[in-house]
Amino acid sequence: MTDPVLEVRGLTKRFGALVVSDGIDLTLKRGEIHAVIGPNGAGKSTLIAQICGGLAPDAGTIRLKGRDVTALPTRTRARMGLARTFQISALAMEDTALQNALLGALGAAGTPWRFFGPALSDPALRKVAETALDRVGLSDKAGHRTAELSHGERRQLEVAVALTLRPAAFIMDEPMAGLGSEGGARMTALLDRLRHEAPILLVEHDMDAVFALADRISVLAGGRVIASGPPDAIRTDTAVREAYLGDEA
Amino acid sequence: MSREWIVNAALIAGLIAVPLWAHLSGEPFTITLATRAVIFALAAVGLNLALGLGGMVSFGHAVFFGLGGYSMGILAHHAQNFLPLYDGLFLIEGTKSMPVIWLVAILVSALAALLIGLLSLRTSGVYFIMITLAFGQMFYYFAISWRAYGGEDGLSIWVRNGFPGLNTLDPIQFYCLCFALLCAALWLSARIARSPFGLVLNAARQVPARVETVGLDGQRAKLVAFVISGAITGLAGALFADLNRFVSPTMFSWHMSGEIMIFIILGGVARLFGPVAGAVLFVAMEHVLGDLWDHWHILLGGLLLVIVLFGRGGVIGLLAGKAQSHD
Amino acid sequence: MSTILIVEQVLNGLQFGVMLFLMAAGLTLIFGVMGLINLAHGSLYMVGGFVAAVVAGLTGSFTLALIAAMAAAAMAGALIEMTVIRRLYHTDHLDQVLATFALILIFSEGTRWAFGSFPLYLSRPEALAGSVTLPFGIEYPLYRLALIGAGLAVAVGLWLLIAKTRLGIQIRAGENDREMIAALGVDIRTLYTFVFALGAALAGLAGALVGAIQSVQVGMGEPVLILAFVVIVIGGIGSIKGAFVGALIVGLTDTLGGIFLPELFKLVMEPAAATQVGASLSSMAIYLLMAIVLIWKPTGLYGARTA
Repeated sequence: MTDPVLEVRGLTKRFGALVVSDGIDLTLKRGEIHAVIGPNGAGKSTLIAQICGGLAPDAGTIRLKGRDVTALPTRTRARMGLARTFQISALAMEDTALQNALLGALGAAGTPWRFFGPALSDPALRKVAETALDRVGLSDKAGHRTAELSHGERRQLEVAVALTLRPAAFIMDEPMAGLGSEGGARMTALLDRLRHEAPILLVEHDMDAVFALADRISVLAGGRVIASGPPDAIRTDTAVREAYLGDEA
Repeated sequence: MSREWIVNAALIAGLIAVPLWAHLSGEPFTITLATRAVIFALAAVGLNLALGLGGMVSFGHAVFFGLGGYSMGILAHHAQNFLPLYDGLFLIEGTKSMPVIWLVAILVSALAALLIGLLSLRTSGVYFIMITLAFGQMFYYFAISWRAYGGEDGLSIWVRNGFPGLNTLDPIQFYCLCFALLCAALWLSARIARSPFGLVLNAARQVPARVETVGLDGQRAKLVAFVISGAITGLAGALFADLNRFVSPTMFSWHMSGEIMIFIILGGVARLFGPVAGAVLFVAMEHVLGDLWDHWHILLGGLLLVIVLFGRGGVIGLLAGKAQSHD
Repeated sequence: MSTILIVEQVLNGLQFGVMLFLMAAGLTLIFGVMGLINLAHGSLYMVGGFVAAVVAGLTGSFTLALIAAMAAAAMAGALIEMTVIRRLYHTDHLDQVLATFALILIFSEGTRWAFGSFPLYLSRPEALAGSVTLPFGIEYPLYRLALIGAGLAVAVGLWLLIAKTRLGIQIRAGENDREMIAALGVDIRTLYTFVFALGAALAGLAGALVGAIQSVQVGMGEPVLILAFVVIVIGGIGSIKGAFVGALIVGLTDTLGGIFLPELFKLVMEPAAATQVGASLSSMAIYLLMAIVLIWKPTGLYGARTA
């Protein structure tokens, strides 16, 4: 087995007396979907923020493709192929779906300092953006303003933008949230295909999707990983039952 | 062809036809008014790049307007009095040549915008507004206390500066020069808005987090936009000083900053021609209402309130309907 | 340079500082509770100055003038809150800036229309005329000393109001969590109007008090407004404590800079050039100070909220 694409070691973060990340260890290997689950307030969002660079950990290291990125800014990690999707869609609402995807393509190409030619008529950028939209099934919405898209379509667009980045690893923050059963099924199928392109660290509340997709599951509670393993082992783990259902379970 | 396009074309046609008519019928004052409107429009096109596209609510753009004005004033002052600007290791003389003055105005304003932007962009929101406002006051008080260049009284220039091949003393020729620069600035902003850089800036205004997570530096894009914005407003300042043959600290005042902002709002935020429509309307109101009533600022304030509270489209919004996405 | 001059200038700086605090406290309170940037705060200061001058002229009573100034500014504040400002709480800062800038145009030009461009004079109260002798034989105008006292008294009163009263609890709750205070059953509209009027009254008081040292004229509020912005940027927007500390820093820097910088430059330059450079630099001193604070702490000394 090759080295993990993403490796988190001893990640610790405190806000005053509150420990939100308590010595977290995690790896993400090529070809897998690694789901992170846990009750509300378990520290999932702060974990993602630290992995992606929005929040600096107090201790621990984060390695991406073998390189220590703990001290690097968000955009450097993104350029190395860390592709994040947001829980609450972070898209330019006034712009079209295509323009949002173009922004990702532009980031991946690393050539934003061009002041003259229209971005929309750059064939290379456009190809990357349109391919990504096509893959998530949004081709026919390319010219629509993001504000006009449905909730589910915005989630798809989030994934499309991540796809434009030539991703080495996906970090996905609740991609299923708010999708109906049909949309959820489509998203599940999409993620299932994507894992072969780049592994996915999937933070998700939808347990059906998690158990359908994940190769491994880590359970976060009180800022700590209380269990980690294949889905079947997690299903029967007593510590997990306690964390989710309370002591009496 | 959208209605906004028609409104824009009509605006440009008016800016060509009215001064031409005034020239043919011997009304130089109307040409001067049109020149004033065109220069204000240029200043506001500059600000609109920062405010409309980049979302940076700068309340200190008078800094660049004033720096442009003083670039003109100082260079021409030295040239007309035959005083070298710097006489040390080498000699720098003043100049009465517009192209040189413009270049200096652009460079000086761009440099100031770089410094102010570096500091101000460490913050955002209300802090950004207040800090740019405070920097404006800093330059204002500095200009007042700087006696060598007239202090509070400002600097007067005897004869308007020259442009190769043109007679700038002829109002219509000077107007054409200013109008050409306005068109160039509009063309530049239109290109920038649609360029890859514009795409980044546009996204940085709406969702800064997104820009970073695709590996782009939104803050730097904002800084670059702020510098370009300051440079354009600086150029307008140099023209304004040349129009009046006079420069004084009031060009730095925060009322000036507020007025440049008002041009954009009157015309319509996030519209390419908004600053032009706003500046034309402002100068027209200043002239017509100002003649009727000394206290016309009360009406201006009332109009501004109405536009802010009951509709952000401004004049162009009124004429052309809702803004459309550009593709 | 004598000790007497230094002490005198420090007192002048303090006096300027506490007056700035009266302005800055209202601005920062309004921003903290309602999230609103109010450029028209300087107009309320001007209202205070004009009303005080008129009432003092009619009645001859400085006390009545002060009360009238505060009442008029509070009423003007409540009026614009209910007609204009209220519509701006949920809009972006650009709208707030523009709408309150429009209010300045209306207030300034309206006042010019009513009173003309010539300054009015407001004389100091008889009881506070003349000067007192402080320790070390320093002669200092009694009125200015009274201003320092009045400013400090307002600062203490404001602190008591916010820390100890039921209203203060509501204000603090409003700063932290706007939904929560509505859930507590507080009438938010009334609270907002009250906070705005309170800030306006403080601005009116400052306008009246300072009006007796300087002249009362259109536009008098604008330089003070911008300095008050510098104060709350330095102190941290939303923090009363920050406004107090920031106001004293700005007041002292501005006053002392104007006196000492030229002296300082005289040590290394010719006197004429030193006076020139010193004067130019001192006019910029507080803005440079603000720049330094921002490099060090982008949200000000006591600011937590990144607005």
